[in-house]
Amino acid sequence: MNQFAMAFTPDKLEEAWHVFLTEFPLGLWETVYVTVLSTLFAIVIGLPLGILLVAGDEKGIRPMPKPLMKVINVIINFLRSVPFLILIVMVIPLTRAIIGTSIGSVASIVPLVVAAFPFVARLVESSLRELDPNIIEMAQSMGSSTWQIITRVMLPESVPSLVTNFTLAITTILGYTAMSGAMGGGGLGKIAINYGYSRYKYAVLYLAVIVLVLLVQIFQTIGTRLAARLDKRIKK
Amino acid sequence: MIELRNLSKRFVTADGPVEALNNVNLTVNDGDIYGIIGMSGAGKSTLVRCINMLERPTEGSVLLDGRDLGALSKKEMQGVRREVTMIFQSFNLLMQSTCLQNVMFPLKLIHTPKAEAEARARELLTTVGLPDKANVYPAQLSGGQQQRVAIARALATRPRVLLCDEATSALDPKTTQSILELIRQINRDTGITVIVITHQMSVVQEICNRVAILEHGSVVEEGDVSQVFSRPRAAATRALVFPDMAEGQMSSGYGQLVRLIFEGSVTIDKPLIASMAMECGIAANILGASTRTVGKREYGYMLIEIPGGPDELARALKYIGNVPNVSVQVEAAYENKGVAE
Repeated sequence: MNQFAMAFTPDKLEEAWHVFLTEFPLGLWETVYVTVLSTLFAIVIGLPLGILLVAGDEKGIRPMPKPLMKVINVIINFLRSVPFLILIVMVIPLTRAIIGTSIGSVASIVPLVVAAFPFVARLVESSLRELDPNIIEMAQSMGSSTWQIITRVMLPESVPSLVTNFTLAITTILGYTAMSGAMGGGGLGKIAINYGYSRYKYAVLYLAVIVLVLLVQIFQTIGTRLAARLDKRIKK
Repeated sequence: MIELRNLSKRFVTADGPVEALNNVNLTVNDGDIYGIIGMSGAGKSTLVRCINMLERPTEGSVLLDGRDLGALSKKEMQGVRREVTMIFQSFNLLMQSTCLQNVMFPLKLIHTPKAEAEARARELLTTVGLPDKANVYPAQLSGGQQQRVAIARALATRPRVLLCDEATSALDPKTTQSILELIRQINRDTGITVIVITHQMSVVQEICNRVAILEHGSVVEEGDVSQVFSRPRAAATRALVFPDMAEGQMSSGYGQLVRLIFEGSVTIDKPLIASMAMECGIAANILGASTRTVGKREYGYMLIEIPGGPDELARALKYIGNVPNVSVQVEAAYENKGVAE
């Protein structure tokens, strides 16, 4: 019997089940709150940034100085191109400054947000760019200020698209939490690596993967349904 | 009163500057339904957007009751845009808001108390004939209904001027009729000045009292609708009034082109062309003929070719000139046309 099959003998499965019952509830909780909090913070930073990218564009409703837009774009592209694993290490000083430590699930929120907000900014940008320019023109023709166009037209009209894109963000961030789990963070990622990789307990690793897959499914289903429900263009 | 003075607009494109508007001068009086008609690319959309400064004119000015709109601050301009509102070809409703919310939109911008805004919006939805659609989303409405909601929205701030940018171009003829009827009714009831941008002759015929014909960014003809359409002077006007009669299309090239305009439905007691042939010996070649109803009057229109030289032409003109209710226009001589084309 090879090593792989040996990982799934009845006693190994029983041991995995034991880990599932004792360690998974906490791991699952850590993964969920790290994912949700990271997504929220990423949206808090990424949403205004995405709005700025669209509104401050040369052809936007409030063109900003070109050099400023250039700098913002370069920073976003830079953060988007650094591999997440490297980014975790790069932001350790920042993590320590904010959280006081770079270890643990709370600390892993910092690199997750740093990695995710540029991604969210681009998603918001693409959502807002989908909007019919005629609608913006209408708002201008009615005497809307820039702020009113953003808050009363661009964002409300883009809600379904934003929800769809935020769902994409949360499932992507969920995947990243597993990586940060392996790099000193907590959650299901840590359990999978600790048992599966370090101790060759593949059954635990597979269980962790199954739970992660289920989590993605749940987030995706909620997001898709919510977006469809919120979209008033769909005839019901 | 809206006055456009020496209005020009240039766009800088990759292929160099494009002259969208060229020295446009127009006066729209209060209560007018003023039509601005032209083929696509004539600069109509740019012109209407200069009136509410969505496009800044390169030169010239727009005066609203003597106030130069180009000199206003951004804030003041936002105020003007509540007095000069706009409806669009694509309706441009907020698709994620109900009809009621759409009509309340301009009122919310100026922080009208909610109860007051809602009452006004419901009243306007009744005016446009959709009192039962308040809580319905635009996607559930037909095009005509959506345009009605857009009209209600445009009227929310009690504007003095309504700009209609191809407002019926996306609608079928029957719906177009009903929307035009609504605009006319609102104009009658509130005295609102309406500026109608269109490429459809029928729209201008239906509701406008004055019209300007725009071609390549310039106004080529302007005046009362009945006058302009009964005696179209500019080639662009003729092309719009009688689109089926292209200029000198079937000319043999050996004569002079003459346009005849017959006013009224029963204006002639003898067959003009045939009697001219018998009495003057001039056998005119009929190149095209058509009739149009402008306002309540009918107009006949004929393009003929008089063979021969200046003598024949003079005789023919004299003969036709003696017939009541027929006016004559002589086209440029064919050899000139040959050069021009």
